[in-house]
Amino acid sequence: MNKTNYDQLKETVYSEKLDNGLRVFLLPKPEMAKTFSIFSTDYGSIDRTFVPIGETEQITVPDGIAHFLEHKLFEKEDRDVFQDFTKRGASANAFTSFTKTAYLFSSTSNIEDNVRTLLDFVQDPYFSEQSVEKEKGIIGQEITMYDDQPDWRSFFGTIQSLYNNHPVQIDIAGTIDSIDKITKDDLYTCYNTFYHPSNMTFFVAGNFNPEEMMQLIKENQSAKTFPEKEAIQRSFPEEPSKVAKKKHVIEMPVSMPKCLVGLKENMDHKDNRDFLEKELLIDILLDHFFSKSGKYYQDLYENDLIDNSFSFETNIEKNFGFSILGGNTSKPDELAEKLTSMLVGLREFELTAEEFSTVKRKKIGHFLRSMNSLEFISNQFIHYNLLGIDLFEVLPTIERLTVGDANAFLKDWIDEERIAVCQIVPAQG
Amino acid sequence: MKSVSEEKITTNGYNLHVIQTKKYKTINVVVKLKAPLKRETITQRALIPYILQQGTENYPSARMLRTALDDLYGAVFNIDSSKKGENHIISIRIEFANEAYLSSNEQIIKKAMHLLNEVVFHPKSNGDSFDTGIFKREKQTLQQKIDSIVDDKMSYANMRLIDEMCKEEAYRLHVHGYTDDLNLINETNLYEYYRSLLVEDQLDIYVLGDLEGKDIQNQVAEYFSREVSTNKDKVETNTQDVTKVKEITEAMEVQQGKLHLGFRTNIRFNDPEYYALQVFNGIFGGFPSSKLFMNVREKHSLAYYAASRFESHKGLLFVFSGIAPADFQKAKDIILEQMEAMKKGEFTEEQVDETKNMVVNQLKETMDHPQGLIEILYHQVLANNNIAPEEMIEGISQVTKDDLLAVGEKIQLDTVYFLTSKGGSINE
Repeated sequence: MNKTNYDQLKETVYSEKLDNGLRVFLLPKPEMAKTFSIFSTDYGSIDRTFVPIGETEQITVPDGIAHFLEHKLFEKEDRDVFQDFTKRGASANAFTSFTKTAYLFSSTSNIEDNVRTLLDFVQDPYFSEQSVEKEKGIIGQEITMYDDQPDWRSFFGTIQSLYNNHPVQIDIAGTIDSIDKITKDDLYTCYNTFYHPSNMTFFVAGNFNPEEMMQLIKENQSAKTFPEKEAIQRSFPEEPSKVAKKKHVIEMPVSMPKCLVGLKENMDHKDNRDFLEKELLIDILLDHFFSKSGKYYQDLYENDLIDNSFSFETNIEKNFGFSILGGNTSKPDELAEKLTSMLVGLREFELTAEEFSTVKRKKIGHFLRSMNSLEFISNQFIHYNLLGIDLFEVLPTIERLTVGDANAFLKDWIDEERIAVCQIVPAQG
Repeated sequence: MKSVSEEKITTNGYNLHVIQTKKYKTINVVVKLKAPLKRETITQRALIPYILQQGTENYPSARMLRTALDDLYGAVFNIDSSKKGENHIISIRIEFANEAYLSSNEQIIKKAMHLLNEVVFHPKSNGDSFDTGIFKREKQTLQQKIDSIVDDKMSYANMRLIDEMCKEEAYRLHVHGYTDDLNLINETNLYEYYRSLLVEDQLDIYVLGDLEGKDIQNQVAEYFSREVSTNKDKVETNTQDVTKVKEITEAMEVQQGKLHLGFRTNIRFNDPEYYALQVFNGIFGGFPSSKLFMNVREKHSLAYYAASRFESHKGLLFVFSGIAPADFQKAKDIILEQMEAMKKGEFTEEQVDETKNMVVNQLKETMDHPQGLIEILYHQVLANNNIAPEEMIEGISQVTKDDLLAVGEKIQLDTVYFLTSKGGSINE
């Protein structure tokens, strides 16, 4: 078992790669009442075209299947696994993102039994035609719920206008029609391909003894047999750097229009370190210009182009990346134009050393604050781990960044042909 | 061992609550201003949090104020208003890095308290009114907030349910206020109201974090001190008896129908049955193991979510679910069957024990979160008692099946609210 100390953060991480390929990470936090554990696979909504394990031909599966599989893994022949956690006072959950599917629990007692249950239920699928059909009604209502949410529609609408071919533009839950095509056999195909331990990560943070915990996980894993690991062949279409369409307008029965501006990020990083620096610089620069203390916020706010729903976020993964800014606005066209010209104009700016140090301090404070949350630590640890990055390197990396790095990055960051707009406007009539 | 050490000191016109804990890498300070919920003041109180964030005497613009916060290692600062039972609470929160984790040695607590003092006692004004530009812009912000509630159908349905259910009670009041009242507010009368609020509202200040060796009482006293004038308003606690179940259906352009039900529990934070109510809610609709989840979702595939939640200070219990418009009758029947089953005691001793564990687990998890812990402790102020979290946990673990039956006897259905699609008849 490897042990890594992070002195500044006063944290220690224990890790080991098991014989079956599973990567295990443990972060003891004895001052917490709670323990949080997350079992995650490198498999999300974008992994729709691949060669199934043991076969040679590439297939494309119905949209929404990774998320459907996540729902169905909780159901076993004789019971619902939620109940196993419930019996011990634990709460369980799961989520599917573009690139990951993760199963998790949190609990303040019976940690060891809950860890075993988490490992066992994810590694023991039971899918039947009947239970697959039953789930279609439930997920159908989940999709309909999102269809009524203008925030979700504008977020996805922006991604759809940014991407021509990449499957990130496909809704994670799929559509009512696409999930209707899903069969039990499809679920087993995806499960067998993507849920091999060598494609997965197990993380526990909270109140436990690390030696005993690692021992428990190893015993649990060595009692199971898995096929030989195989490299997974996934396929993604070519994606041009240009956006698919400059403007996408969705009519909905809303009282307040929305306007989001999306930027398709360059995917030109050389290595993991370069990737992390880029991600942090984007975050720092968006903050410098568009946060409440930012250069542009007050101007946008006082001119009534934005309200306090305005926000920005960046999502960069292995083979796609975007930033999205915007929110409610009474003037969607004016805001689209203004944000676009602000973004395109950023290349003309240089931050002063003082400005850079202010925003850097802010980022350091926010990172420390998010370290209060076991959920944040666990989710982000797994996120960065999939990208080959150590979460605890984030703080030293922020500290290392210089105003020179930021200004050099700013020069080539944004290009008008990588910007697209999505608006939600009140339906006519 | 006590899991939470809360030291309470009444001084300088407020109650100071100091919570020492080594759990976090940050320090949290929360200032809470409490007054009775009233139609005459709710819109003003809804507007104040927006105005206060726009500038102070020494930081005259929102940007200057935000920059000062950024300089404190990105201190996180927000102000909001909420209703708890028939009280209206303005919460001013700041969270900043603990010096112990920074390479520099700055007096962050002192600087943070200074900023709070600026925001609370010296908002940007000309002496007898708020800044006109700020006032106009924020009035518009609040108006947009009021207008856009309808865009979030879950919140909207919840608000409409309470409108109908609590027509004659102060609890009906909308936390964001009313357009009609907003039109009567100007920068001068709002400022006047704010000055009176500062002396009349009950003021509680929470400081939480690793505070060892820091003289918190004096550091706070240096920046917070006020003369108190007793508020003559009393909290209205009129409660309507259920005579006839109300059923309201409204149609809008939606894909999914929102079926929300309101029950009266007739049990509040100070009542002996409050512990059992938490367990009752857990078995009924509080968790994925609950009757609502298992029946509405898992057995009948009618919904993605079907859950219940209770209000601690008013004595209400709400059911929420998102269903296809055509499934109204079926979903309503199944939900009401689950409540009947609860009242008849159709659950096992094992389920009771499991749910007690879940409730305790949830409480302990909330206590791991700094803001969560402060909210839990503030319940004591709202209910005017001293039930510490340990006592709450002990009380929950003593709950028996008979206690749950007693809760069931007190719960009454009051209102069924259904937001459905246009043209989607409920008899389909």
